Amino acid sequence: MHPNFDLSDCYTIQGKLALPYTYFAGSVGSIFLTTLRDRRKIMGIKCHTCGKVFVPPRQTCERCLEDIRDQWVELGDTGTLENFTVVRYADRHLPRRPPFVLGLIRLDGADTPLLHLVAGVVVDRVAEGLRVRAVFAAQPENTILGIDHFQPL
Amino acid sequence: MNRVAICAVAQIKNEPDIWYQRFQGMVLECFESIVRQTGVTFDMEQGIRNVVTCSDDVFDARTISDNAVTDVVGAHFRGEEKVAQDGLNALGYAAAAILSGHDDLILVMGHCKESQSESRLMNTNLAFDPFYCRPLGLDFLTAAALQARAYMRKAKLTEHHLAQVVMHARANGARNPYARDNPPVTETDVLTSPLLADPIRQLHAYPVTDWAAGMLLCCEERVHEFTEKPVWLTGFGSCMDSYFLGDRDLTGNFALKRAARRAYSMADIADPSTAFDLVELNDAYAYQLPLWAEGTGLTPEGSGGAWIESGLDRVNRSGGMLNGNPIMLGGLARALECALQLRGEAGERQVDGARRALAHGTTGAAGQHHAVLILER
Repeated sequence: MHPNFDLSDCYTIQGKLALPYTYFAGSVGSIFLTTLRDRRKIMGIKCHTCGKVFVPPRQTCERCLEDIRDQWVELGDTGTLENFTVVRYADRHLPRRPPFVLGLIRLDGADTPLLHLVAGVVVDRVAEGLRVRAVFAAQPENTILGIDHFQPL
Repeated sequence: MNRVAICAVAQIKNEPDIWYQRFQGMVLECFESIVRQTGVTFDMEQGIRNVVTCSDDVFDARTISDNAVTDVVGAHFRGEEKVAQDGLNALGYAAAAILSGHDDLILVMGHCKESQSESRLMNTNLAFDPFYCRPLGLDFLTAAALQARAYMRKAKLTEHHLAQVVMHARANGARNPYARDNPPVTETDVLTSPLLADPIRQLHAYPVTDWAAGMLLCCEERVHEFTEKPVWLTGFGSCMDSYFLGDRDLTGNFALKRAARRAYSMADIADPSTAFDLVELNDAYAYQLPLWAEGTGLTPEGSGGAWIESGLDRVNRSGGMLNGNPIMLGGLARALECALQLRGEAGERQVDGARRALAHGTTGAAGQHHAVLILER
């Protein structure tokens, strides 16, 4: 496009949105996150109608529309890497410097794979089917980063 | 049943960085073009009484992003409604308002200036929850990369297939005067392009783009006041899949199949593989073109590779999103190209005698939400 004015007069300014918040994790999410933080256990929730075990947990089964909030099941801290990507760019929102692996891990006892970081592997040798174990965070964390990462068994 | 038509379309050129114009100015150019083309007014009895806009708060770096354009879209003292999803949904929403009898004339306007943000990917990280996904750095590129790996395995898609999709986008984009100017690429350029998030390479991803576009929609009774070449909207459907990637079958097109089925049912289409003179699919990443072709029933499930090999002749003549449209407007750009084609105004890239077209739009990570629109002349 050819603007009909002199670009030498044009001016841009730098700006930033930085907005502090306090998020409620939800009654179900609160139990999941505090159990992860305080007891280092990964909890799933089971729908007794379809039998599916969800992680992260939720209050209602989206298919059966059943209230499943009290149907907790304890999952193992091991699982299988079902899918992954090697992140090769650096950016401010990323939790690691590149390259690092972001994967979908099906925890033993769960039906829905969980998104998490996979470390302790050579990034170019990662493959689906890799058996992994959760490494819990050394310091208390209030998000899914209560698991620091998964690493090969 | 009443019918609704696109009476006019307007767009600015897709560009990498329109730093010297505010998004309001980009929208105003489209608005003035539509007024010039149709003579439409803002008379309270006979003119536009409702405007549907499409934009995104995070990309505009303010809340209620539509509030920044109400004056330039002529929405003062009348209805103005914002769709914060892909722009194809703005068209679907406007069409529903007309078909319901609530309105007879609606202006649809969309804008996005991706270049304003330091990092488009950082913005899309904010689409995720702050407990389970955002802390892991998930963004629309890494979500797409997970889908790409799963789909490439299922459909036996190769890097050569993806290169063909990218070269097709660039060749068609070069014939579209409103498409983003990109250098031509060879197969080797694509195959050796740097990996961003395996298996997605830089050239497999749509480039950062700024754009604005608009359309005038009208009920059947009044179409003759504004155009001699109406483009009828004969079918629309949309569907939302689950939020968590782990809850979804990333290669099964759950939502797109349902969106397409609803649109085909409205438009009386029995066999989508032969129904269209051209199709425009919202391919933010190269692997998505064949995946969405499967979801819309243009080719059987798992056959996306063979579909690419068949030539892509009447697919994304605009260049597609892969050649460069901003987020939020991929589907609106697809519909706009279909409208130009059906009006016979697509210049060098015209599909001769085009009568019926499919436009597809998608919103969210790895195609969480899909919309399908059928357009006919």
